Amino acid sequence: MAEIVLDNVTKRYPDGALAVDKFTMDIADGEFVILVGPSGCGKSTTLNMIAGLEDITSGELRIGGEVVNNKSPKDRDIAMVFQSYALYPHMTVRENMGFALKLAKTPQATINQKVEEAARILDLTQHLDRKPANLSGGQRQRVAMGRAIVRDPAAFLMDEPLSNLDAKLRVQTRTEVSRLQKRLGTTMVYVTHDQTEALTLGDRIAVMRTGLLQQCGSPQELYERPYNLFVAGFIGSPSMNFLPGTVDQGVLRTPLGDIPVTDRLRRGLERAKAPRDLIVGIRPENFEDVTLVSPDNRPYGITFRATIDVLESLGSDVFVYFTKELEQGVDSQELRELAQDSGRAEGGVSGDTIVARLDTATRIREGDNAELWMDARPLHVFDPRTGLNIALEGDGAAPPATGGAA
Amino acid sequence: MAAVSTTPRQRISWGTANFVVIALALIPVLWLASLSFKTPAAVLDPSFIPAQWTWGNYTQILSTSQFIRPLVNSIGIGLIATLIAVVFASMAAYAVARLRFPGKGVLIGMALLIAMFPAISLVTPLFNILRAIGLFNTWPGLIIPYIAFGLPLGIYTLSAFFREIPWELEKAAKVDGATPFQAFIRVIAPLAAPGMVTTSILVFLFCWNEFLFAISFTSTLASRTAPASIAYFSGSSQFTVPTGPIAAAAVVITIPIIIFVVFFQRRIVAGLTSGAVKG
Repeated sequence: MAEIVLDNVTKRYPDGALAVDKFTMDIADGEFVILVGPSGCGKSTTLNMIAGLEDITSGELRIGGEVVNNKSPKDRDIAMVFQSYALYPHMTVRENMGFALKLAKTPQATINQKVEEAARILDLTQHLDRKPANLSGGQRQRVAMGRAIVRDPAAFLMDEPLSNLDAKLRVQTRTEVSRLQKRLGTTMVYVTHDQTEALTLGDRIAVMRTGLLQQCGSPQELYERPYNLFVAGFIGSPSMNFLPGTVDQGVLRTPLGDIPVTDRLRRGLERAKAPRDLIVGIRPENFEDVTLVSPDNRPYGITFRATIDVLESLGSDVFVYFTKELEQGVDSQELRELAQDSGRAEGGVSGDTIVARLDTATRIREGDNAELWMDARPLHVFDPRTGLNIALEGDGAAPPATGGAA
Repeated sequence: MAAVSTTPRQRISWGTANFVVIALALIPVLWLASLSFKTPAAVLDPSFIPAQWTWGNYTQILSTSQFIRPLVNSIGIGLIATLIAVVFASMAAYAVARLRFPGKGVLIGMALLIAMFPAISLVTPLFNILRAIGLFNTWPGLIIPYIAFGLPLGIYTLSAFFREIPWELEKAAKVDGATPFQAFIRVIAPLAAPGMVTTSILVFLFCWNEFLFAISFTSTLASRTAPASIAYFSGSSQFTVPTGPIAAAAVVITIPIIIFVVFFQRRIVAGLTSGAVKG
């Protein structure tokens, strides 16, 4: 058990490509930290540097207070679970799990005892003498976990350990991973590109993009107070709606209606020296069917009419999709990159489909010209030049320099 | 291949073509086998099937050290050269497949160069070198050149096999606490074992069949290999050609190859084509 400290850790490949840029983070002993981001954001490289499988170009990495930059993986006391599981195909499950202990010259009796204990935890006891090729995907995944557990290491590193499982098993295993981590109380660094996995598992989440740490915080914090457009768009499903907005005579004009500028937002605008044209971010759950909003709440938001193009009923939620004519589009480099990174063909301001999550009690039908209510309190406002969340600046909690300077 | 449907006509034309090719390849071998069973007097008899079957040629060659000793040499030299070549080739192939190091391109180029080099042009210089260092007509005198020519073959086939082993296994081994050497020995090498077997067979066949160096660098039974020894067979008198014994010896040294090919056919094909599709 140990804390892991990354101090300005940078990875630059010999060809000059910068994979990870000045990554700084303190991971406390026993903490469950998730590194999340789109592919190519440097999250796996960061994990490999912690493991010692990739050299650190500059900066310092400390595990348990000791600088380990130049230590080989075997001297770092860490265990890793790989995306492909990387089980040794020529060894049985028992040999796979005991391999690390055998290399460490642990007495055979101790190895057997530890392997059997881990097998019991992971429900692998009856498979101990089988070869990985004869196991199902879920069982292989558990063997990979078991191989990490028997070591009793200072930290677990997991590189997308669930991405090869089918959807149902993934959800199930996700809970198991979480339970296991709580039970063992070992520091865990977990890499994923799936924001749902990140939100459900981690104590703390580090969102990365193009080698830069965007924001680091608890799931709730990332969701409620995203530092910039990227984090706002990446975290949450369905993702945040972005609309163009203009500050004019004390109101924020958006295609959905005029929203009074709060004091908090005004402070932020002044502090950020923001331009008149802004990007407004609204989460799907901040919309509601106006008939279901209590009269007390209505003044906190605005109401507007929209023609519902598509309605999806998921049982627990109803999602409606509608479009709004935009008088002028806001062009933002950040938004375009976000759309690209999250794999959406169109997105952001120019693709003006808006998603709203409504209560299942709604009577709205597809094709209706429905009246909807939007809660203006949790509104996010971003500076299109930098992508920074201006509303946060109003709180005086300025995002770090790494936040959106990319 | 099996999925391709064929019309009867295609089948007939392919069948004919295959038959012709197989016949062309097999007739000389069968003819040799037939010769080996003929009596010395019947050697010039044009009939394919011997009028009178005899084991005489075989008993003659297998009863003298003229052939037994070279067989032992062939096996010994072949096995030692193969073992050493495959061990070094596997290390080199691993480096070629996995590591980035300066001079990698040069290494691959040199290996290819050696494989392509016309052996005949090396006979005279090697002969002089071997004589100068006292290895002429010794086992090492043949083993060392065989290793040199077996290595490129081994490096090429093995690096194709190594490339197919997922790299994450090695990473896993390292994280599990293995040194690079332990990772190689305990994880990578066992997985590359099929590739090593294939490579060993190919290298051994090369050593077994080699004639040019064998005839040039040996002078006595101390190191002469089986193919070279056939050239030294003598007839019962200086005026008779030892056709029968030569044919019998040729059959004897072909038998191990036939056995190898029959048993390891798939592996040999895999080795020869590995890297051709994926790589």
